[in-house]
Amino acid sequence: MHNKSLKQLSDALQQGKISSVELTRHFLDRIHQHNPDLNAFISVTDELALTQAKAADERLQAKTAGPLTGIPLAHKDIFCTKGVRTSCASKMLDSFIAPYNATVVEKLNDAGMVTLGKTNMDEFAMGSSNETSFYGPVKNPWDTERVPGGSSGGSAAAMAARLAPIATGTDTGGSIRQPSSLCNLTGLKPTYGRISRYGMIAFASSLDQAGPMANSAEDAAWLMNAMSGFDERDSTSVDRDVPDYTATLNDSLNGLTIGLPKEYFGAGLDPQVAQTVESAIKHYESLGATLKEITLPNTSLAIPTYYVVAPAECSSNLSRMDGVRFGHRAEDPKDLMDLYTRSRGEGFGDEVKRRIMIGTYALSAGYYDAYYLKAQQCRRLIRDDFLKAFEDVDVIMGPTAPSPAFRFGEKTDDPVAMYLEDLFTINTNLAGLPGVSIPAGFVNDLPVGLQIIGNYFDEARLLNVAHRYQQETDWHQRTPKAYL
Amino acid sequence: MSLEKSDIEKIAHLARLAIDEERIPDYARDLNNILNLVEQLSAANTEGVVPMAHPLDAYQRLREDTVTEVDQRDVFQAIAPKTEEGVYLVPKVIE
Repeated sequence: MHNKSLKQLSDALQQGKISSVELTRHFLDRIHQHNPDLNAFISVTDELALTQAKAADERLQAKTAGPLTGIPLAHKDIFCTKGVRTSCASKMLDSFIAPYNATVVEKLNDAGMVTLGKTNMDEFAMGSSNETSFYGPVKNPWDTERVPGGSSGGSAAAMAARLAPIATGTDTGGSIRQPSSLCNLTGLKPTYGRISRYGMIAFASSLDQAGPMANSAEDAAWLMNAMSGFDERDSTSVDRDVPDYTATLNDSLNGLTIGLPKEYFGAGLDPQVAQTVESAIKHYESLGATLKEITLPNTSLAIPTYYVVAPAECSSNLSRMDGVRFGHRAEDPKDLMDLYTRSRGEGFGDEVKRRIMIGTYALSAGYYDAYYLKAQQCRRLIRDDFLKAFEDVDVIMGPTAPSPAFRFGEKTDDPVAMYLEDLFTINTNLAGLPGVSIPAGFVNDLPVGLQIIGNYFDEARLLNVAHRYQQETDWHQRTPKAYL
Repeated sequence: MSLEKSDIEKIAHLARLAIDEERIPDYARDLNNILNLVEQLSAANTEGVVPMAHPLDAYQRLREDTVTEVDQRDVFQAIAPKTEEGVYLVPKVIE
């Protein structure tokens, strides 16, 4: 049951071959069996899940169910879920019970989906390995001595081990795509503004975007249909019609032009990963696509730009964690300043502190022009590179991550080395473009992802391009042996 | 550009972050490494480039100036660390 697609599960539910309660119990049992080893979940919501499953079964019986009704899912612990701990993997929010639902959660609840629990992540989504979580690192089901990627590492590990049929993630600099690459998933970061950020705990507001983490492009399309759309409560949400993402999955790729940025295949890329990705790209020629070398000349500016913009925004967003209204509060503060500084000092982990300090510094008087303004100008240069490229090509392809999953501790002492893990994903966040990572093969038994980047609001085409490849390959169907 | 111990203390103060005294050299090393990475931006020619604050060049939507939210004080204060009679408690700020 845990290896079936959303369509297969939906059909089984609609035809009464299985109830949502049975399906939910199946996944809850798997979570309780495997989570102690993987640490993929921070909270498992058995009671809520079974209540929602019973309600779904009633809708199914009453024939008022939608296509996703009764299907379980896991939410990254960055989405506020009413009455459930929403920790963002931080000690700061360890006791935070969200008083409302994020729009994404509300939409998926309305669709009749069943929340299995909240998945582990890097603290406040800051990290590329899931080693910064207050609740400890998540293990990669493909090799438990290695990281699952971050920051949506818990969702990625839960999916790879088949502890949930679908999961939500968020992507600020690659946090859906990079763990998807390291765990053999299809992870889509939509266009900025496509999915509401309301109730999604903010890290860097101009970059954050929610998206699906799935076993296939088809499954991702199903979730996108339910997640996407305008939200009055998010001032950055885009008021634009949502297409049926499943309707165009089988469109022909004849005449598709694929851009291959030369900057994505140079220094920093593992040669075996390069070979695997090139082989996957080559396959598209047999599907009728044409390959074209392109250049994105300002690619090297992406990481330095990101490490000004994201910390600047995070230093502002996280200022709301002050020990007064919610979250961790220091004991016996001697004055207001002591309350603020000790609550924040005790509540935040090292990586969060580093980024808050970098952001505070970059925004401080005397450095604003040199750092923040300059980064915003570089951001436009990066965006303009993409716009120029899309005059000649339909999609852009390259690697998702520079290497397969690395070992725990390998990069923890060097933040800059860790930051380079998002080398190929970060620039699409700066530009606000959509990107998807799909399974493309293995190197030393570890998954490798192919990244496909599209023009603004071109998610349907990305899923079509991904789906056609998955119709002819079985990389995405492979499961780690211990979790078959 | 190199941040010293006193710079780290000043930044931490501005950020309202208590940091362990013995960790300051580690933060100084890490922050300097990150700033060295960021320094690469200075080589980029950005003359005449308009800063990009929003990926879609969008602007803030306007809405009617009407009340749309209901009072949820009790809900929000139920998760507060310390409240009394409907207010959030903080240490005394006025002698």
